[in-house]
Amino acid sequence: MRDIFSRLQEIDRRWLYLLIFAAVVIPFLTGLKLPAGVASPATTDIYDYIDGLAPGSVILISVDYSPASMAELEPMAKAVVRHAFTCGHRVIAMALFPEGAMMVNRVLDEVAPEMNKTYATDYVNAGFKPGSVAVILGMGKDIIGVFEDTDAEGNALSNMPVMAGVKNYDDIDLMIDFAAGNIPFAWITYACEQYELKVGVGVTAVMATDLYPFWKSGQLVGVINGLKGAAEYEDLIQVPGDGMLGMSSQSIAHALIIFFVILGNIGYFLARRRP
Amino acid sequence: MGFIAGIFMVVNFFVPHAVGTQGEWMLMEWARIIGAFALILGLASLFRTHWNKIRRRQSQWGYSVVTLASFALMVWAGIIYGSGQGPLAERLVTVKSGALFEWLFNNVQVPLDATMFSLLAFFIASAAYRTFRARNFEAILLIVAAIIIMLGRVPMAELFNLPHGEHIDAKMPQIYEWIMQFPALAGKRGILFGVALGAIATSLRIILGIERSHLGG
Repeated sequence: MRDIFSRLQEIDRRWLYLLIFAAVVIPFLTGLKLPAGVASPATTDIYDYIDGLAPGSVILISVDYSPASMAELEPMAKAVVRHAFTCGHRVIAMALFPEGAMMVNRVLDEVAPEMNKTYATDYVNAGFKPGSVAVILGMGKDIIGVFEDTDAEGNALSNMPVMAGVKNYDDIDLMIDFAAGNIPFAWITYACEQYELKVGVGVTAVMATDLYPFWKSGQLVGVINGLKGAAEYEDLIQVPGDGMLGMSSQSIAHALIIFFVILGNIGYFLARRRP
Repeated sequence: MGFIAGIFMVVNFFVPHAVGTQGEWMLMEWARIIGAFALILGLASLFRTHWNKIRRRQSQWGYSVVTLASFALMVWAGIIYGSGQGPLAERLVTVKSGALFEWLFNNVQVPLDATMFSLLAFFIASAAYRTFRARNFEAILLIVAAIIIMLGRVPMAELFNLPHGEHIDAKMPQIYEWIMQFPALAGKRGILFGVALGAIATSLRIILGIERSHLGG
């Protein structure tokens, strides 16, 4: 028995890679779908807030991630935008991350046609602006001014119905930052604290611990936490998407990693007891 | 100059006044312009680093050739080619939907970037097996917490049941939330206080001219 565990200690790591590859890929190929489970309060807080806004409210979303974090963040961005459109809200999208402007298009180009929403009337992509803190502070005074009155494609923002009555943060009902870096902290520090903008975040699971204190203190409306948060949100709006599909892979992969940890430790203790 | 700008922003934050707000607005505009030029500086630095590597035939200089070729292709697709129509001045400020740049982004950069990050799963699996050892009490605590968090982050209801018939799924998220909202949050708050005090101290040192390392001094 000890020899088996001892040999397992020396196993070629490529076998582990193969197992984890199978754990991730097989659920996608078989279409295995596990339920999203009970939605966490941090997720439902954002859902309830959007649901409680009057139709026609303005939701600002900032897409601040690169393709590296797309698997976790894109499903939740799509779910939130879908929910906002369902409630009849207007969506103003922007990016403080260079790749964000293109990531916004991936979300809006898929969701808007499904919901029969029109560009410039129901939603707009204002594009990327460098200088995150300066942009956030500037938008507190004049949103269109910060973007020099142009959207991502060079059209005049001031002529768009979606921007009607939108001057600064006073006219934004909720801001949600989908991020994989430090930008949510700038939104909390400057937009929430200085301008009292309601801010929610959708972040990678590894970042959620950093943001829970701000949610518990009431500075954040809610926190959509990683792929699980995305799956929960999809479950809340009853539109299954990539979040729920990805949860099956994540479930099997987590179970496998836990198995690896236990197996590795059994081998470690048996090896230690060997005379 | 840094002292005046720093003190001005601090005073304006706590005592907002129309005159001060105008000044703050101007400084914010300057910051945005500097931010834009910092991007150019970053690009120039990237170009110079890889160009020198190629010129000196340093090890793995071939990757630098690929980097610069990809860089040139994206610049050409985004700025020069643009949407394939219209004057150059218009192409410089916009990326039209459906343009070559967007195609390259979606079909080259997205899969490459996502693949690079996905490799992390393999390293985590290997590290979990080989190095995550219960060597002492703290390590045991870490392993138990990690296992609870990993189980709490996935819907395992269909896979495991508790002895009395209740789904483990009903318990794990609760335990996960408790860990996140109490012990983890308390620890994180302590760290945040430390970071905030450190940031204030560093800011004061910069404003008062004591800290000059960011100026290269």
